Amino acid sequence: MQPVRALALAILACLPALAAGAAPQAAGEARKVLRYASQDDPQTLDPHAANLLSSSRVTANVYEALVWRDKAWKVIPWLATSWSQPDGRTWRFKLREGVRFHDGATLTADDVVFSAERALSPLSQMRVALQGVERAVKVDALTVDFAMREANPALLAHLTQFRIMNKAWAVKNGAAAPQDYKAREDTFASRHANGTGAFMVTERQPDVRTVLAAHKDWWGRRAGMDEGNLSEVVMLPIKSNATRVAALLSGEVDFLIDPPTQDVARLRADPGIRVIEGGELRVQYVAFDVFRDDLLHGKANGKNPFKDLRVRQAVAHAIDAEAIRAKVMRGFSKPVGSILVPGVQGYSADADRRLPYDREKARKLLAEAGYAGGFEVTLDAGNVQPAADIAQAVAAMLSQVGIRVRTNIVPQASYFPKIEKHDTSFYVLSWGAGVTADALYTMQALLHTPGKAGEGDFNLGRWSNARVDELVGRMRVERDMARRDAYARDALLVAARELPLVTIHQPLIPWAMRKKVSATVSPVNTLYFYRARMD
Amino acid sequence: MIAFVVRRLLQGVFVMLVVGFIAFSLFNFVGDPVSLMLPPEATQADRQEMRVSLGLDKPFHVQFATFVANATQGNFGISLRLGRPVSTLLVERLPATLELAIAAAVLGLFVGIPLGVFTALKRDSWTSRAILTTSLIGVSLPNFLIGIFLILIFAVWLGVLPSFGRGDTVMVGPWSTGLLTTSGLRALILPSVTLAFFPLTLVMRLVRSEMLEVLRTDYIKFARARGLTDNAVNFGHALKNTLVPVITITGLQLGGIIAFAIITETVFQWPGMGLLFIQAVQFADIPVMAAYLCLIGLIFVVINLVVDILYYVVDPRLRLDRGGAGGH
Repeated sequence: MQPVRALALAILACLPALAAGAAPQAAGEARKVLRYASQDDPQTLDPHAANLLSSSRVTANVYEALVWRDKAWKVIPWLATSWSQPDGRTWRFKLREGVRFHDGATLTADDVVFSAERALSPLSQMRVALQGVERAVKVDALTVDFAMREANPALLAHLTQFRIMNKAWAVKNGAAAPQDYKAREDTFASRHANGTGAFMVTERQPDVRTVLAAHKDWWGRRAGMDEGNLSEVVMLPIKSNATRVAALLSGEVDFLIDPPTQDVARLRADPGIRVIEGGELRVQYVAFDVFRDDLLHGKANGKNPFKDLRVRQAVAHAIDAEAIRAKVMRGFSKPVGSILVPGVQGYSADADRRLPYDREKARKLLAEAGYAGGFEVTLDAGNVQPAADIAQAVAAMLSQVGIRVRTNIVPQASYFPKIEKHDTSFYVLSWGAGVTADALYTMQALLHTPGKAGEGDFNLGRWSNARVDELVGRMRVERDMARRDAYARDALLVAARELPLVTIHQPLIPWAMRKKVSATVSPVNTLYFYRARMD
Repeated sequence: MIAFVVRRLLQGVFVMLVVGFIAFSLFNFVGDPVSLMLPPEATQADRQEMRVSLGLDKPFHVQFATFVANATQGNFGISLRLGRPVSTLLVERLPATLELAIAAAVLGLFVGIPLGVFTALKRDSWTSRAILTTSLIGVSLPNFLIGIFLILIFAVWLGVLPSFGRGDTVMVGPWSTGLLTTSGLRALILPSVTLAFFPLTLVMRLVRSEMLEVLRTDYIKFARARGLTDNAVNFGHALKNTLVPVITITGLQLGGIIAFAIITETVFQWPGMGLLFIQAVQFADIPVMAAYLCLIGLIFVVINLVVDILYYVVDPRLRLDRGGAGGH
């Protein structure tokens, strides 16, 4: 037995030595290091290559825009100190003086012009941030004109997402174009960054960690914009839900941006952890194919029942959003009746009304429409939560009124190509308005008749209403905000009456953190490190 | 011997072609990467241009031939998710997976064999029974659950070991190792124990049953009659004769450990190839998936070959039987 015992002893002898390394480091008392964990690793650090939340959660802290938002989500001056519209086709921005990039270079109009070209290039996914802009022109070292291709009254809201790079740095490192898959090589800017933001990237190991350090020479510190006290942020991707929660419970990380909703109750019960929540500018909905004359996926005697308003109303009456809130979302949602939620410019409470949950009414409407015996249809959803669970719940609810729903849940990578080809009769989708927080962005994509210039891009049921098209068209050029909001309200009222889609709820975002961290939830589900504090 | 090795090599090449073909054709069904790479408002012309530049417009057999030709040179193209050459990514991730797999295999062998011997010799003691009962957990509980239990106990409750990641790593030439830092070693414990659980119990049970078999044979009785010490009998004679099946199982398990490290790596956010693969699946990152499957296929083929050759080394009876059919 000697070898066994010797081995066992050897293992035991090693344990204390290894455990000794577990003692928390007390040395860096003055340094406030936030260990931040999320499910996804940023795909790229390039501010123009991807319009993805996982990436913008980093780039929004590293790069900055001409205008930005305060805590109340109002647009405020940022890298630009003032702006004007000398004529109907031009916006003129005055740049802030003495803004430094992380490498020490000073921000000039050349950088803005360069970044605009880059963001408007064909490989950019951030063209939406410059909607309506033809090109940027340098006027003097600190003045830039944006020449408009078409008017965009919500330009400032869009510009909050237009992040500015340093021209000399990008050119020197061969990153003058956003990540180019065709070049078949690593793009420097996807793994390095040089912005003007409050934090700079000091280490980037994809799928392992991204380390940001406070930018000592950040202009915002001098201008009194700094509300935080962090000296370093270590961003860690932890894919597995259970492990991510365990890491917070054990104190190995300080902050979870995406705690799994099923664990929130447990996290709340822990005395060392704080959970806060806020509304995301996003709406979950189901929508119908109202274009085809027969049902593509389903059986309804050669007709498309969704062309009948009464059937759409029946679906709305049959969906119990309150039950979905309680059971599927575990309380983390707010049932809504409009595709815009409070906080989005153009929201109106008048149009935010959902049809009450009423099964009897639904059955009666179906019978009136000639579907007393119900019909069969396939409901498509992507394989992500909560969409997949919502699809299951909606299917069960509709079967109660006689609509036999088969759910077809496919991987996200196949789901979008499928529905974008209009290969669906009935689908679950969510739409985030946080990018611009303006009605036009959402209404143009979801309610306008699909057209050549990108309007109706996500109106995948191809609903068409001349009145709504006209109102959206007016919103695009109207400069008077009150009048513009009235157009939005009228269009939303038409949509609420005609029901091309049935809204379910607005998700609420929970964030979990150790008690020593303080932060507030932003409507785009991003933590701005210059606003976070640690005791 | 040489003919045998050559035959095995040819079989290996065939297996690799089949693996490559299956991997390649499966991936036509996971989704359209082009739609993920381009902005939603991209036009049909943009999409078509991207397809052409990626070679996705060519017929299936041409795409496959190009794939094989490139793959043999280690060129699997560029990751659609991370925008970097797949071969670079795999080389970066390989050390993490191999260190984890080897740690698990070593743990499995060096704990499994002694435990197997112990339970065979003291088959009626309550310790043996306790070990055997516990080992049932090892074979019946899924890997990820064991991992989560270990995290709960050692990271959340006791707070002595990290729950995720690989700790600090040091570069030794092109190889990033976590074996030279304290935090790296501490991070290795939980994942390697998790991954070792199944092979450990397998090795233990195998050694135990083989030992029980061998201990009944005449030459062991004779050895005892000659008055040899217990250690000499048990380890010098009995254990040695149980090793052939153990080598087979260990070899196959090593392949299995590397392949199934996917789950352990996901649970512990271990930055190895398995984690890379899982993320590639979600993004329909075809080049990474294809390269990973081919690499795993290659590892299995190589391990099987090595195991077959080891038989010749360990078992003199096979060496005498030269004319015999290849393998077993």
